[in-house]
Amino acid sequence: MTEPAHSPDTGAGAAASPASGPKGINATDAEEAGVRRRYRAEARFRMYGIAAIAAAIGALALLVISIVANGYSAFYQHTVTLEVEFDEAEIDPSGARNADDFAKANYTALARNALKERFPDVSGRRDRRALYGLLSNGVDLQMLNMVRDDPSIIGKRLPVAFLTSDDVDSYLKGFIDRDLPESDRRVKDNEIVWLDALEADGLVETVFNISFWTQGDSREPEIAGFWGAIVGSFFTLLVTLAISFPIGVLAATYLEEFAPKNRWTDLIEVNINNLAAVPSIVFGLLGLAVFLNFFGLPRSAPLVGGMVLALMTLPTIIIASRAALKAVPPSIREAALGIGASRLQVVTHHVLPLAMPGILTGTIIGMAQALGETAPLLMIGMVAFIVDVPGGITDPSTVMPVQIYLWADSPERAFVALTSAGIMALLAFLILMNTLAVVLRKRFERRW
Amino acid sequence: METWLLIALVLMVAAFGSFRGKGRAVALADGGVGRLHSLPGYHGAFVALWAALPALAAFVIWVIAEGPIIQSLVLSGLSPETQALQQDRMSLVLNDIRNIASGDIASRSPSPEIQEAADRYKSLSAISTYAMMVLVLAIAAAGLWLAQGKLSVEFRARNNVERIVSVIMISASAIAILTTIGIVLSLLFESWRFFLRVPLDDFLFGLEWSPQTAIRADQVGASGSFGAIPIFAGTMLITLIAMIVAVPLGLMSAIFMSEYASPRARAVAKPLLEVLAGVPTVVYGFFAALTIAPLFRGMGESIGLDVSSESALAAGVVMGVMIIPFVSSLSDDVMNSVPQSLRDGSYALGATKSETIKQVVLPAALPGVVGAVLLAVSRAIGETMIVVMAAGLAANLTANPFEAVTTVTVQIVTLLVGDQEFDSSKTLSAFALGLVLFFVTLALNVVALRVVRKYREKYD
Repeated sequence: MTEPAHSPDTGAGAAASPASGPKGINATDAEEAGVRRRYRAEARFRMYGIAAIAAAIGALALLVISIVANGYSAFYQHTVTLEVEFDEAEIDPSGARNADDFAKANYTALARNALKERFPDVSGRRDRRALYGLLSNGVDLQMLNMVRDDPSIIGKRLPVAFLTSDDVDSYLKGFIDRDLPESDRRVKDNEIVWLDALEADGLVETVFNISFWTQGDSREPEIAGFWGAIVGSFFTLLVTLAISFPIGVLAATYLEEFAPKNRWTDLIEVNINNLAAVPSIVFGLLGLAVFLNFFGLPRSAPLVGGMVLALMTLPTIIIASRAALKAVPPSIREAALGIGASRLQVVTHHVLPLAMPGILTGTIIGMAQALGETAPLLMIGMVAFIVDVPGGITDPSTVMPVQIYLWADSPERAFVALTSAGIMALLAFLILMNTLAVVLRKRFERRW
Repeated sequence: METWLLIALVLMVAAFGSFRGKGRAVALADGGVGRLHSLPGYHGAFVALWAALPALAAFVIWVIAEGPIIQSLVLSGLSPETQALQQDRMSLVLNDIRNIASGDIASRSPSPEIQEAADRYKSLSAISTYAMMVLVLAIAAAGLWLAQGKLSVEFRARNNVERIVSVIMISASAIAILTTIGIVLSLLFESWRFFLRVPLDDFLFGLEWSPQTAIRADQVGASGSFGAIPIFAGTMLITLIAMIVAVPLGLMSAIFMSEYASPRARAVAKPLLEVLAGVPTVVYGFFAALTIAPLFRGMGESIGLDVSSESALAAGVVMGVMIIPFVSSLSDDVMNSVPQSLRDGSYALGATKSETIKQVVLPAALPGVVGAVLLAVSRAIGETMIVVMAAGLAANLTANPFEAVTTVTVQIVTLLVGDQEFDSSKTLSAFALGLVLFFVTLALNVVALRVVRKYREKYD
């Protein structure tokens, strides 16, 4: 370690001496110029260092700013409130209030009727279609859920806040300039007229984007949610943790405390170091060839994803655990051995508990790595379009980074905002895990 | 569902065994626990381990063996005509059978033969599940009973338990080796199948890459040529750009951090650099595609250059940013391990700080820095998401950083995501690329680690 205290403080000297320093007793002008040149080179070199760090941190800042600037708008949405007739003849023609029948009704038509009522003078197929395009394609599901929650609304006339479609939403968020020529705009003149009329009546509202936090993926940006990916990530990490933590701790304990120094142990050690540096995508190929094709495990399942990520994080956990075990002083082992404990008792009763904070810190860091990993999961089919929120480790699902990748590939403009919002959510989870690791280290790690 | 129930039952048997073993040991000791060789708890653990481990091993073996056995039983019941089908058609038939058995919609309405096979599949799986439950529970009970019979006052329960635990620990350590073997074997096996169709020298030295194989003989644009040189060249171009960004920035940051920065500046800058390493690569990929690529394109247009929107430059620069903390933390380590006496000697001769760094510290740390750069190169070659999202798909043999090129990892992803026929040269070629990727990164790592280690020995 280079402690600043040990080295001559030329940093400060460099700034002062060339300008005002005393002239050396026998220095000629040429020597004096040489010293000045050297000090200038010194200052320049220092500037390069500062510039390098500034460039790196600037890139980080640019990344964060561009993500936040693109993504903040995905956290809110616009709704349009319309009076809707929950027509009994359409929803429940038999009058039996049978919940299974509710799903058969054409709710989209009911919502469209409400629009037609609000704007009675719109006629012609094309205008009608534009009018219907104001609302999201998810309105039928929204109404169905309302009816299911409370069947007594059938036959009544109620104001309902409908989500707007993605284009209308981005217009209302101000991303589409109404002064552009109509042909360059995704939102047409007549739509703007209708929206202005609705806005004048106070029917357009800004609401928090709940579906982002409660729904699975969708083709419609305004109802696509991140929750399915969050749950998928949770199940995947659960499997990863369940496999890699016990195996990692056992292997680290063996290698650090029990293993004899021989070629077999060396081989394992070299292997672990090399595995830590194998590209993640190769683990994906392993998962595809072995877990899917050879063992026939289900595709797209958190089970397989978790197993692949477990193999990938195992070296991280083993290396961190070994460091934590090594940090426990030998005196503890010797004291326990001295009063007659067996070697396993020494480890389980004394060394492991003392090393546990370090092991857990390493495990959390390994889990954070696994949470952000994408490439191996693409190989084992976790990249499918999955609407349902997974309910277990064998259900098809996706994970947060893969969902981000999928959205980043989608053509609709509104998915850019969703992608950025998903990245913010993912980064929030990563920050949380790393903070936990830091707190754990600060709070519990003992230094001898 | 049955699986979880079964595991829970086995664990319950084990818990019961632990309780029984402990109780029995206490009873054997007849009031004086000191007469026992091992503490009662170890007797309990011995019984519990013998109840749980063989049963769980049987469970794992059954689950692995079950699928292929049921499959071959179902297939042997099919008519000879169906059995004579090609392998890919056969897997379709199997899929249908499985889908019908699990109650999903099949790709077409099932023929009576398939329907019957599906029924048989269903009943066989049900039988298998129940047989497995009975067998596993029987093994658990037998293990419990046998282990319990061995207990006595002199029984060395602790030594037995410790021996079992050490076997478990050794097997846990062997997983690392198994993983490596698994990687090498799976890559070699699939690549071998690929090289049976495409000669090795065509793959390694061919100049044209277009993996779309023709379905009809007269199809246009589907030559199915597998010359990987353009892919290797693209990978090297992007890696080179990344290194041009990462090495100077990372090295200068490390120099500033270890030689110049005040403790306070270091406390701020170092974690910020580490954040750069913790950002998931998919985020970098999105950043490259959404922000950096259009930025470079716009800059190129303003000075009259034609920059592709999937230029190698954008992907390479962002990858370089990702690698900065990697280079800087590794070089920081090696520079810190240069002995202070070398610096002091240089200062005593009147050298300024930068002269000391340039002429003493860096030459002394050079092998370590080279090792760090080699590790960074291996990281860049294996990096996937940035190039998948920001680099091109078409193989393009060029050294122009403003054009779109493709890389090994991009090709692996595009070849394997989506359709999954496991006998086309197209999918198999991904494994051949994976094999090259694995061995190149492995070689780089081995060389880098050796260089770093050799250098460390010199000063320690």
